[in-house]
Amino acid sequence: MNNLVILPIIIPLIAGLIMILIRKKILVQRIIGIFTIIVMGMVSISLMNQIKENGIQSLQAGGWEAPFGISIVADMFSAILLLTTSIVALFCFIYSFSTIGREREAHYFYPLFLFLITGVNGSFLTGDLFNLFVCFEVMLISSYVLISLGGTKLQLRESIKYILINVISSSLFLLAIAYLYAITGTLNLAHLSLRVAEVGQDGLLTTVSLLFLIVFGMKAALFLFFWLPGSYSAPPTAVAAIFAALLTKVGIYAIFRLFTLVFYHEPQITHLLIGILGAITMLLGAIGAVAYWDIKKILTYNVIVGVGFIIIGLASFTSMGMMGSIYYLIHDIIIKALIFLLGGTIIHITGTSKLKDMSGLIRNHPYLGWMFFIAALSLSGIPPLSGLLGKIFITRGTFEAELYWLGAIGLMTSLMVLYSIMKIFMNGFWGETYLSKEMEKGSMTKSMTLAIGCLTAMTIALGLGAEGIQVYVQHATDSMMNPHEYLEAVLGKNPIR
Amino acid sequence: MKPNDVILHSVTKVAVVIILTFSIYLFYGGHHNPGGGFIGGLSVASGLVLLYLAFDIETVRNNIPVDFKIVAAVGVLIAVLTGVSSLFIGKPFLNQAFGYFDLPIFGKTELATAVLFDVGVALAVIGTAVTIILSISEDG
Repeated sequence: MNNLVILPIIIPLIAGLIMILIRKKILVQRIIGIFTIIVMGMVSISLMNQIKENGIQSLQAGGWEAPFGISIVADMFSAILLLTTSIVALFCFIYSFSTIGREREAHYFYPLFLFLITGVNGSFLTGDLFNLFVCFEVMLISSYVLISLGGTKLQLRESIKYILINVISSSLFLLAIAYLYAITGTLNLAHLSLRVAEVGQDGLLTTVSLLFLIVFGMKAALFLFFWLPGSYSAPPTAVAAIFAALLTKVGIYAIFRLFTLVFYHEPQITHLLIGILGAITMLLGAIGAVAYWDIKKILTYNVIVGVGFIIIGLASFTSMGMMGSIYYLIHDIIIKALIFLLGGTIIHITGTSKLKDMSGLIRNHPYLGWMFFIAALSLSGIPPLSGLLGKIFITRGTFEAELYWLGAIGLMTSLMVLYSIMKIFMNGFWGETYLSKEMEKGSMTKSMTLAIGCLTAMTIALGLGAEGIQVYVQHATDSMMNPHEYLEAVLGKNPIR
Repeated sequence: MKPNDVILHSVTKVAVVIILTFSIYLFYGGHHNPGGGFIGGLSVASGLVLLYLAFDIETVRNNIPVDFKIVAAVGVLIAVLTGVSSLFIGKPFLNQAFGYFDLPIFGKTELATAVLFDVGVALAVIGTAVTIILSISEDG
């Protein structure tokens, strides 16, 4: 029992509720928000260290033993993701101060932001499939409001699609849970893992696992990504950045959790299919990113490429590939937030998202230009920035698993990503300067510069200091490849069967 | 023209008292029998909605001057904080305790901390349900 495990879920929840009570005091809300997210980050760091020393930490809510009660489990993988979540949440939160507008602030923007984080953290920490569903819903309902808050025409049109898609996938999720419960009689992840391992993963269970893959694939934009480019370009920048950084990643996390902990017995079917879906996702995403001449579209298609790339590490199912996936997942959360904030800032300054209507921004905004350049290099994995290590490990993992085509597609799409993002840099920042300072639609405020600058520093630090987090990532990989550790932490040494 | 709703008004005044009393019964019954915070809260909300229907929103708002969004937030806050309180005594989150006490009028009574949690649930349900109904009616 360790009560620290529950804190990342209840701290933002309580803070969000208090913010609702002091609706009028925007400044106090901002201070509470920053403070909350920092505390959350510190809790995750201390969790990471406890897990490193004492193994996986778990909590049985109300003292009801697993598998009867509700288990909350933090292994290294979830703790790392918690920390990364707090980092990007902090900077997106700061970025929103000057860009989100009075109206949204008065209509509960900050509490909703924290409820979104509550859902994300809950999804990372829950040890129970039904609670995973609940936390997904907490996250999604907050995201429904965030995507439509403000009520512009574009937002309303896209939020209808977004809500419809998510309601359908949530109902499929519930259906899949019901099937699994009917077959195994339990929903506790550790207990499921135990039972599936005992009776063997037969055709029926594999089919159910594929249903889960469809559900999470829809949420994570793995192959079923048709809804994503529209939805993620509708909301304001800070919201789009947190969506791009976190929401798809929660789906990816769920796929990783299920296919390393429960359904890992038939990799020749499930993991191969995951690999194929990942490859198609990367290819289609990269084609989209190359084809469009609109900043928002290019960036959203890059989110899709990232999803495909993280997933192929799982498809290789080697510890090298897994380690790469974890590295790349951390990198991707940070870099997607950064690149969306940068893209949003460019649109804020020029007033347009069409690449052909902008040029020569670097003359008036040198820092923005160079930060964009660094982010662009990092996104495509140029050394010494943070994307490199994940790419190397994932590619090595696929080669070790003799999935050469998968690694090759991964590398090829990296080049396409580099081209698509350089297209923004060359068209937006190089060339003749059309816009003089006076003609610009908006200016960069301190909070925007702070958020972007800090995230840029993070991606450089993550690249140079990759050695420093190696021990944590290694630990996460080992415990994912060995589900026994998870089982023991939740169910104890002699589990009830 | 003033609508003739004397019957509706008179019935509502009696019915609301019955509904609210019954919901308190449901709320306490929930500890060992079917019922509880969710159902209790929902029936309180249904009583309030009946008031809103029979009289108009303004009249009810003047008589019950509460913002139901705040009620919902306070409810969730109470529920979470009862869970958090067990953290301070080193018990797992959401742990509960109960005991039997001899109270003056009630005699031997069971008192449980789970009731506090249920109060939170009830307030959250009342707040949410009434807010939903009110915002739908305001759109028209």
